[in-house]
Amino acid sequence: MTGAGLLNFGFEFVEIFAFIVLATVGLAVIFGMMGIINLAHGEFILVGAYATTFTFAAGLPLPLAMLTGVVLTAVYGLVLERLIVRHLYGRLLDSMVVTWGISLVMIQLTRIVFGNTAPGIGIPFGQLPIVDGPVYYLVLAAVAVGVLGGLYALFMWTEFGIRARATMQDEATARSMGVDTDRMYMSTFAVGSGLAGLAGALYAPVMTVTPEYGTGFLVEAFVAVVVGGASVLVGTVLASGLLGTVNAAVTNVAGTFMGQVAMLIAAIVAIRLMPDGITGVLADWRENRGESQ
Amino acid sequence: MGNSSAFWLGLAVAVAVLAALPALFGLYAAEVGAVFLAYALLGMSLAFIWGYCGILSFGQVAFFGVAGYAFGIIAINATTLTGLTLALLASIAVSTAFAAALGYFMFYGGVRDVYVTILTLVVALVLYTFMGQTAGGEWSVGDARLGGFNGMSGVPDLAVGIGSTGVEIGLLGHYYVTLGALVVTYLGLRALVNSQFGYAMIATREDEDRTAMFGYDTTFIKLVVFTIGGAIAGLGGVLFTTQNNYVDPSVFGITAAALPVVWASVGGRTSLIGTVGAALAIQFVDYRLALSGSEWALVVIGSLLVFVVLVMPEGIAPRLHEYVLESREDADSSPVPPDPPAAAEEVSD
Repeated sequence: MTGAGLLNFGFEFVEIFAFIVLATVGLAVIFGMMGIINLAHGEFILVGAYATTFTFAAGLPLPLAMLTGVVLTAVYGLVLERLIVRHLYGRLLDSMVVTWGISLVMIQLTRIVFGNTAPGIGIPFGQLPIVDGPVYYLVLAAVAVGVLGGLYALFMWTEFGIRARATMQDEATARSMGVDTDRMYMSTFAVGSGLAGLAGALYAPVMTVTPEYGTGFLVEAFVAVVVGGASVLVGTVLASGLLGTVNAAVTNVAGTFMGQVAMLIAAIVAIRLMPDGITGVLADWRENRGESQ
Repeated sequence: MGNSSAFWLGLAVAVAVLAALPALFGLYAAEVGAVFLAYALLGMSLAFIWGYCGILSFGQVAFFGVAGYAFGIIAINATTLTGLTLALLASIAVSTAFAAALGYFMFYGGVRDVYVTILTLVVALVLYTFMGQTAGGEWSVGDARLGGFNGMSGVPDLAVGIGSTGVEIGLLGHYYVTLGALVVTYLGLRALVNSQFGYAMIATREDEDRTAMFGYDTTFIKLVVFTIGGAIAGLGGVLFTTQNNYVDPSVFGITAAALPVVWASVGGRTSLIGTVGAALAIQFVDYRLALSGSEWALVVIGSLLVFVVLVMPEGIAPRLHEYVLESREDADSSPVPPDPPAAAEEVSD
């Protein structure tokens, strides 16, 4: 492979990796911490995108508009959690069905209220030299890495993180130790929603914003969560790395669509080999190592 | 309820009313009604695998649509009577084989519960993307052009026969064929869930590990159930496509994929009749709303789904069934109300 070819592959990988990470991380936080698969994930992304485009069109600078998108989505998630989702903890399948109902309502309401199109945002920062692509994708990748680092810090180093992980591991014990688990669920859901909103906000300049905008993230997000397994950070990173590599390699040779197909085949093979996801294999490996020591 | 004379009488009345619809409301009602009945088959396929075996598939539309496309491809290339008969059989075979392959991969791969749900949904969404990008001329099989988002048009009507002897099924005939298929499938599934195999299915739903301990091959049971579900969804898909003479990628879309889940959840997934009723009722309301130019149908359907799952998670029909049982017990006023046998209650309709 020539130097330019390698560079192109590298750029392709960075672009796809960032997309998978950002699309997945909100879903993964809610699934990993609370055991709820949010079928309305795409519509949370939609809220972030619409809030961004409309505040930007109203004259807010882009970073502020994106921040508005994140905050609004987090608040929106909080309201939904209080009204509906909190009745569904421990009822995994019901929660999927209900959030799907929410998704249907939201797509259609968006269409009724805002019509089929939203104002566009130009891609900021211009084009890269050598490889054919906008600088903005590198910014997205940096944000993706930043989000992963931030989540690691949040869950490992802060008081909130310890309480949240305690709630996830053993709710009854955590509550008897004085953790307000109800509130932990609420804030974790808000964090997950905010991250979904971030994905929507960041990709608003790159993808056309329509009522079906969120659906464009779903395949990658669901596949990465399934391949990654229950552990939020490790699973998301490894799954995004694996799927991103396959996708980028095939996209480079055979085009975007075949890249997506190859990624799915890789995902199905991965699930066939590791039914509990990558983190399931890691957990087994750790257990075995513990036994042999 | 499932075996009482009142139940059979009710079923007979319901079928008679459905059969009389074209006579009462004209040919147009038959045209629209046949689509609803094909949807009811799709809904029943989900109620069967979810309600009776605990496999929640969000991708039943994948089999529905694949069978529709398969019929279109074969039928457009072979418009003779023999060809159309073969197309009918082959397209159901294709959806059955597709379900068997997917099921084999999932169940023998140890994929369970929620992962099955997500994988089936992803399969449907990928088919949506795939069919959407087939607009170019290179995407054609013989004379059949897949047509991308514009869909595949010019699919012939259903016909059965060999050589020159046989019948082409027209508009009215198609309605009765679909109704017949629905009734026969319902009776067949009823017999199946009340058989030994049906008990094994329900045991698998209730506790898979324990059932496996008793010596049942639960993986195989799930595979068989999933495959049957795929075949029924495929049958619905063929009848849907031949009614419209058209199929497009939206049958695989996220909204279409949600509908079977709505019917089964609202009607009651453990009740085949309930799901059929919900499918007919919801699609009728959807149709009326669309006809009056309203855009609110999906909002209503989605809200209904949220409401029903929150208020009565088991669905409307099982809840009604309970009320009927309770009121009957009160009326009997027997000193010791007989405990309804649990297993019989699970499978009854």
